[in-house]
Amino acid sequence: MTGSKADFPLLLNEDYIYFDNAATSMRPKEVTDAITAFYEEMNANPMRGLYEWSINATEAYEGARKKVARFIGAKSASEIVFTRNSTESLNLVAYSYGRAFVNEGDEIVVSVSEHHSNILPWQMVAREKKAKLVWLECDENGAYSDEELESKIGPKTKVVAIAHVSNVLGQPKDLKKIAALAHSFGAVIVADGAQAAPHMAVDVQDLDVDFYVFSGHKMLGPMGIGVLYAKKALLEKMPPFLTGGEMIEYVTREDATFAEVPHKFEAGTVNAAGAVGLGAAIDYLNVLGFDAVRHREEKITALLMEEMAKIPHVTVYGDKDPAKHCGIVTFNIDGCHPHDVASILDADHICIRAGHHCAQPLMQYMKVNSTCRASVYFYNTENEVMRFVQSLARVREELGYGS
Amino acid sequence: MDLKQMYREIVNEHNLHPTHKYDLDAPTQVCRGINPSCGDDINLQLVVEDGVITDGSYNGTGCAISQASADMMLDLVIGKPLEEAEKLIDLFNRMIKGETTEEELEELDEAAALQDISHMPARVKCAQLGWRTLGEMIVKKEEE
Ligand SMILES: Cc1ncc(COP(=O)(O)O)c(C=O)c1O
Repeated sequence: MTGSKADFPLLLNEDYIYFDNAATSMRPKEVTDAITAFYEEMNANPMRGLYEWSINATEAYEGARKKVARFIGAKSASEIVFTRNSTESLNLVAYSYGRAFVNEGDEIVVSVSEHHSNILPWQMVAREKKAKLVWLECDENGAYSDEELESKIGPKTKVVAIAHVSNVLGQPKDLKKIAALAHSFGAVIVADGAQAAPHMAVDVQDLDVDFYVFSGHKMLGPMGIGVLYAKKALLEKMPPFLTGGEMIEYVTREDATFAEVPHKFEAGTVNAAGAVGLGAAIDYLNVLGFDAVRHREEKITALLMEEMAKIPHVTVYGDKDPAKHCGIVTFNIDGCHPHDVASILDADHICIRAGHHCAQPLMQYMKVNSTCRASVYFYNTENEVMRFVQSLARVREELGYGS
Repeated sequence: MDLKQMYREIVNEHNLHPTHKYDLDAPTQVCRGINPSCGDDINLQLVVEDGVITDGSYNGTGCAISQASADMMLDLVIGKPLEEAEKLIDLFNRMIKGETTEEELEELDEAAALQDISHMPARVKCAQLGWRTLGEMIVKKEEE
């Protein structure tokens, strides 16, 4: 392991520049090797069977759970529920906690910069329970002022749903402060860490968040494995989300008692290989260290923003401080539709995202239909940034505008 | 044709200097076409007399490919009977799926330049927007 591009097989092809890390990261060989090893060396259904391979598979799966718990500072591994991704984790919270504990007339506070995954489940709960969605409005940098938070979070608030880091503007939130405010009114905070967990050390006990979700695939892990952290007392009082095999204690013709947390929330055969892959990703990040991750990322982001500022007709959104972007640089080029920009860059083998980034309420607030987004991770290089800005500077000309 | 060449030779011209992008004074048929996921939004307007498209225009916003494709489509269908326009729509859709022969493509004139969109699944809907809207309009007209 080198902590650089060299660890990522797909990036060895120097023709391509991958600047869509906020959508999904690359995976180092350590991760794909760990997945292969799971299937080649144990490959049994964890929890089922009383034989060696199954016991090994169970240990591998539960070992990954312990790694995740340590990674985010959870009190115990039983507070970690494996899901498919952040979206499923958020739906689990809404379907289970939301439907059981939000009532008519209650308020659910949602931030305008949320990903659709932390909006739609709460729209569902609000509709079904006749609760009210209350929107937190950000400033143009994606930050939420104390006045705004204090004016929206109040005695009727039952849930505060907010991303640790926005997938459009970056901008880390002070979750500790928001959690304290929510708790002072007896509300819970549901934090979406999909864009934070890959970039910074998270300590859920210090933040004192009630729920924290993230996706393995955005932090070097495989696709199809996600995490829901929840305080144990909450998991214990929540009803199951999906029901069936693996999540029961005892079943009769009429009824069932459920397994202990977290298994109560993991119905059916689990993605054990995915969890093991996520464990390997966490090992990788631990060895590299978040100080190194942030240092590399901030350097690359600063260079990117500095060079983009030199190109006429390019508007970069969000904070002027590159450190507040968490590797995400969202922009537009005058007169050019983001999809055309992405296509022109694609012709130069540069991968960026264009569109509404599953954050349409934020796009409406920003008064744009869509935007382009370049997002970097620690393995991106200065050389890639320079090639990217060279291509970017030619986009308007390629789209028919005089240079 | 590579992508940049496609933009340079065909798309940019129709996008930045469209022939048919304005509102008609007295259209007989109007239909809005939207791609919600990309925000492409056009308002297609036609004058249809005795089953023939005698005039047409569009207005709206969207990516260069959606706008240029609508402009090229109007170049082709103005002056043609509705059945003829329907055939062209079918041809265009088959081209986008990569199911056409070289000779057939000639009928699409400049619009044939969008052929390689078939390799870019995310852009297919952009290229089809005008054509899809025209198709919907013709179906509605036939139901009248
Ligand atoms: C802030 C945020 N929340 C949630 C998600 C959803 O993640 P997933 O698609 O892995 O469920 C994303 C990913 O795009 C995201 O950026």
